Amino acid sequence: MSSQPAGSDPVVENPGGTGWQLATVRAKDHPTEGFVRLRLELPEPAPHRAGQHYVVRLRAEDGYTAQRSYSTASAPGDPLVELMVERMDDGEVSGFLHDEVRVGDTFEVRGPIGRWFTWDGRERALVFAGGSGVVPMVSMLRHAIGTGNPDALRVVAVAKSLDRLPYADELLASGAFVALTRENLGARVAAPPYPDEVAPLLDDVDAAFVCGSVGFVGYATRLLREQAFPSDAIRVEQFGETG
Amino acid sequence: MSDAPVTRGFVGRRRPAQSDRLPPGQYDAGRQWPVLSAEPTPQVDLDRWTLTVDGAVLEPHTWDWSALHALPHATTTVDIHCVTTWSRFDTPFTGVSVETLLDVCGVASDATHVVAHTASGYTTNLPLDDVRSDRAWVVWEADGRPLTADHGGPVRLLVPHLYFWKSAKWLTRLELLDHDEPGFWERGGYHDRGDPWLEQRYQGDP
Repeated sequence: MSSQPAGSDPVVENPGGTGWQLATVRAKDHPTEGFVRLRLELPEPAPHRAGQHYVVRLRAEDGYTAQRSYSTASAPGDPLVELMVERMDDGEVSGFLHDEVRVGDTFEVRGPIGRWFTWDGRERALVFAGGSGVVPMVSMLRHAIGTGNPDALRVVAVAKSLDRLPYADELLASGAFVALTRENLGARVAAPPYPDEVAPLLDDVDAAFVCGSVGFVGYATRLLREQAFPSDAIRVEQFGETG
Repeated sequence: MSDAPVTRGFVGRRRPAQSDRLPPGQYDAGRQWPVLSAEPTPQVDLDRWTLTVDGAVLEPHTWDWSALHALPHATTTVDIHCVTTWSRFDTPFTGVSVETLLDVCGVASDATHVVAHTASGYTTNLPLDDVRSDRAWVVWEADGRPLTADHGGPVRLLVPHLYFWKSAKWLTRLELLDHDEPGFWERGGYHDRGDPWLEQRYQGDP
């Protein structure tokens, strides 16, 4: 990170990516319990990298605004920006996106944002995600498959149950290792991922991407370190409770 | 794009009573203190931890844990504002004013900026003026308790008048420079200064 020179990044910065645009909702559904999927059309879409996020800003009539950041699940090249937003208790923004937004509505978005938690498809990577943390991983997975390079990415996805795991079908179909903590999956008894389940996936891996709640990230990074995976090859995105 | 497009159907939370303390686009997180960071929480060994101030100074200096505590320190109660939009009011922090450290080293006449370095390799850049005049602190206590590793313990930078990513966790070094040099998030598109009252979140903001 600090040793990584700023000029080493092969992707040209896109200054247009950081201005606000008025996005139009083109599709909305609730494929997973507690989540809403929105597909947004931007007037000036900027190319994004797998793992990046967008900021959504809502504005009330009196000028009051609320904004939150959401990772996109879209592969680079997807003409629409796909968000998968978990409903938070009393969530000001997530509640609105779940209950109020309709196809054809508009709101402001900004992005893509973030360069650290991105995967360019070249390094061999393990992604280790919990709950809604799978969303940026799905972007990476779609990128790997779409570029004909599915072997470059290994996925560990953790959730309480299959119906609470966003993109569960897509993850399972891709061969991701799914660990459910509250229900059995096939022959696997409910439990967090065991070290010996993750260790074989670390062979020849250059980088690990860990995304989830603070508690999950603590668990996952501890497990990786116990496998002697180098700390400086772990990239983390973690979130606390924001609505 | 037209100015200030209203979102159909959006009302939002009840407006905060202390809206004069809440910068635009922020919400009051109450006593919650969300944790955000880019890398795994480093395990910092207090016996080996040191803080160095160097670069554009007259004499670089390094403090260990006990030497830092031997400096005059104080508790300051501040509001903090994270760029991810939560704010937390009235948080007491205990530590040493950065000005105290700079007094020991002496600031070179051409120093204009500072880069904070951390045990995890994270960096963030700030204009030197923003860490002077007791507006920035090197702290080891929050809410009256030792700073936990999640929140940047043992020692973090505290610059409460800027977005909280400038308040680098796991601080190990303040490097003074005669120019600005973008840090970790700043190279990724975040703002070089980060004034929450001006909503300086990303490069290109006012």
